[in-house]
Amino acid sequence: MSGLRPVIVGAGPAGIRAAERLVAAGLRPTVVDEAARWGGQIYRQPPDGGFTRPKSALYGFEAGKADAVHQAMAAIRDRVDYKPRTLAWNCEDRALDLLGDGVSETLPFSHLILATGATDRVLPFPGWTLPGVFTLGGSQVALKFQGCAVGRRVAFLGTGPLLYLVAYQYLKAGVAVAGVFDTAPFDGQLRAAPGMLRDPATLAKGLLFVGWLRAHGVPIHNNVRPLRAEGTERVEALVWSRNGREERTVCDAVAFGLNLRSETQLADLAGCRFRFNEMDRAWLPERDAAGRSSVPGVYIAGDGGGIAGADAAELGGERAALALLEDAGLPVEADRVAVLDRRLARVAAFRRALSAAFPFPEDWASSIADDTMVCRCEGVSAGTLRAVATSGQAREINRAKALTRAGMGRCQGRMCGAATTELLARALNAGPGDVGRLRAQPPIKPLPVAAGRPSDEAAS
Amino acid sequence: MALLQRVAEQGRRVVRFTLDGIPVEALEGDTVLTAMLTNGDRLRRSEFADTPRAGFCLMGACQDCWVRTEEGERLRSCGTFIEDGMRLVSRGEWDQGGPGQGEAES
Amino acid sequence: MREILDCDVAIVGGGIVGGSAALFLRRMGLSVTLLERDWCGAKASGVNFGGVRRQGRPLEQLPLSQRAHAIWGRLPELIGTDAEYIRSGHLKLARSAPDLQALIDYRERSAGFGLDLEIVEGEAFRRRFPALGDRALGGSLCPEDGHANPRLVSPAFARAAAALGAVVREQTPVDRVERDDAGRFVLLSGEGLEVRATHLLNTAGAWSRRVADAFGEPVPLVSLHPNMAVTEPLPRFLDVNIGVEGGGVYGRQVPRGNMVVGGGRGFALDPDRARPQRDAMLSLMHDAAELFPQIRHAHVIRCWTGVEGYTPDRNPVIGPSRTTPNLFHAFGFSGAGFQIGPAVGEALAELIRDGRSSAPLDAFRIDRFPPTTITTP
Repeated sequence: MSGLRPVIVGAGPAGIRAAERLVAAGLRPTVVDEAARWGGQIYRQPPDGGFTRPKSALYGFEAGKADAVHQAMAAIRDRVDYKPRTLAWNCEDRALDLLGDGVSETLPFSHLILATGATDRVLPFPGWTLPGVFTLGGSQVALKFQGCAVGRRVAFLGTGPLLYLVAYQYLKAGVAVAGVFDTAPFDGQLRAAPGMLRDPATLAKGLLFVGWLRAHGVPIHNNVRPLRAEGTERVEALVWSRNGREERTVCDAVAFGLNLRSETQLADLAGCRFRFNEMDRAWLPERDAAGRSSVPGVYIAGDGGGIAGADAAELGGERAALALLEDAGLPVEADRVAVLDRRLARVAAFRRALSAAFPFPEDWASSIADDTMVCRCEGVSAGTLRAVATSGQAREINRAKALTRAGMGRCQGRMCGAATTELLARALNAGPGDVGRLRAQPPIKPLPVAAGRPSDEAAS
Repeated sequence: MALLQRVAEQGRRVVRFTLDGIPVEALEGDTVLTAMLTNGDRLRRSEFADTPRAGFCLMGACQDCWVRTEEGERLRSCGTFIEDGMRLVSRGEWDQGGPGQGEAES
Repeated sequence: MREILDCDVAIVGGGIVGGSAALFLRRMGLSVTLLERDWCGAKASGVNFGGVRRQGRPLEQLPLSQRAHAIWGRLPELIGTDAEYIRSGHLKLARSAPDLQALIDYRERSAGFGLDLEIVEGEAFRRRFPALGDRALGGSLCPEDGHANPRLVSPAFARAAAALGAVVREQTPVDRVERDDAGRFVLLSGEGLEVRATHLLNTAGAWSRRVADAFGEPVPLVSLHPNMAVTEPLPRFLDVNIGVEGGGVYGRQVPRGNMVVGGGRGFALDPDRARPQRDAMLSLMHDAAELFPQIRHAHVIRCWTGVEGYTPDRNPVIGPSRTTPNLFHAFGFSGAGFQIGPAVGEALAELIRDGRSSAPLDAFRIDRFPPTTITTP
């Protein structure tokens, strides 16, 4: 047992539940996390020092779950090697490269659980780089983590459960909500309601958010298409359309997101095989029901392997840890495995219903104007991407990247990858799964040059 | 002027730093992003288009919140906490002889 | 149904050499089919450092390199894009007196080739290159050398050839190649494509051994993986393309401000793919920051490598096969094929049309590698 060196990347609900299970089996995992404190994005904790809001104020209905996850990690703190504020920037030859305090170190693993989570999926619209346009998740981070609103009068745009949740949280915090602008049609949400009844609590919360927002006079619009965020130095208004009619809503911030996208770069560098997932419209590392990837000893848990939310992440983290123990020849409780597998199966069904309720705006790629900037790092427009596709120069996303620089900047396609995929697919009259997958490259996030070291030292 | 609005947690210790040479204040536990955007409405100007940027995802994914110190260091502002005495810059470093102008994407 | 294409010349490999050969052959009026297993210009031709440099090449390469220099000057006319090519100058730094002497010697030996090398040292060096002044005693400047964006240049040659009527097939691996009774080449790609050609060009880069082997002509070609990194954009501090006498690290700042640096080696994932190696990345960052202190606060946003064929003497193989009439090779550029690639393509076109090239190619004959020295792994 002492020969095992399990490493977990990510200290959100999946990573913490995975660590808890490994510790219970007598292992000492290393937990690597970019944040200063554990909890992940959804249960992100405020910084140390002077923050006083109780968890009920930070996490609302989820306060109990957030606290349980936080407590779980606190309880095993002495039995894990916890590396906060640490970026895993490379995976090579069954070892991770970590950057912490400006220094790079190599951490070999016998088993690796990737619980890397997700960020907002976005599709560009004119003005989306203006100060005041933030992701929905980012707007929630500002409130939860910093006690700040992203503006005085905020428009909430996009689709997905987070759209209504964050609008509700802003309203509760006393911020003016200029409106909720859902790109999904309302009838789709009605149709999906029976599927969502599999998780009545979630449905009830959703209805409560909508009801609360309406009761406070917040306009909620469905089937919206964003036309542009107006302003020169910062957002002054959101211009949008519905059924062909153009409307203008004055606001000083826009919180924007279309569900979530998985963080998959480390799985790619670890050599995991990927498959296109129609529901997420994204390439995801293949995993079995227990979280095993195609690479022996590498497991994917939580939203990093497909979007299913925090509850599923907790289950998936524990399930991946049990798979690791099984694979290492250690005893596992079959009953617990069966319980987790049953619950994970239910989550999958609920997940399908959510996806029906908040569908991807498939017409985006045909409607977005040529001069809209798609890659905000490198400043690449939709027209440039369309041109390399329709001229036959790029039939695949890595070629489009090579020719246009889209996805080549600091974020490595995290923000423009979905949009570039959709644009290419539309221009080539193909499906989003037919235009290839952006390859991850080390470092998966910018690495300070100062972390370099002389080769003789590196060789030792 | 300020992009971000404080709505809670205002009882924290005051941290003093400079933004474009002007002494300003933030609160302990603020990220550099929060500290700058509660005192102004941008983090920097884009290297390529001279348009203002103020971050986007606030969770270390979009990489659009990089800022510069007067010493020339670069900080990802959403993941770095403000400290007393920091000297931060939101003006474009591209203003004099920088790249970008006329470098239209082809 | 099998598609059959008949042509004068079949080319295996759509990198900068194969693409430019296709272009010049079309300009001479010959019919061409170019087969590329991946995408044209997606391998070493498209992911190399981007240096467009004559300085420092072995003298036997300089006639070709000079011809290439002229071709680079006509890029927009030839391939419809300048591909961010700039004649910024290439400065080779000397960090010691012997290294400076080596640069002076090279200037003497290469004097007849027209590189116009200029040795700059001491106070003049520091005045002229203030960004580099402390790290070198001096350097040798080739004022008309420069750099370009390889991702744009290399595919553009094949594209220009296609625009002139070459048949260019991407995602088309050559699975079998043989000669029929009449001595013509027959290339098969899967079940669906058969190409018949009078002449065959082997420009398959690191994979050229496969074609050479098929004609009983093994060559000592190995795959290596030069390591590259690029920083976030920085204010301009450097216009010249920088190398160092004795090798090690090299760098160029693109007009957008990013600093591209290279040095060290990546590793192979499989015969087709390679990835930067952790220690190589970290030591490259260290060495580059020593050479260019301006990047010490910057971040590396991407590292990459490629698959490049190297010969034992680091000179390419260019010219006719020794076993098979009408078969011509051009490969093994050993990390320095980008600048001369277009001239090699032109020379190959001449070889096919005229039976000889106006550029001296003797140094690159395949039979300089005696068959006995060849070991097949």
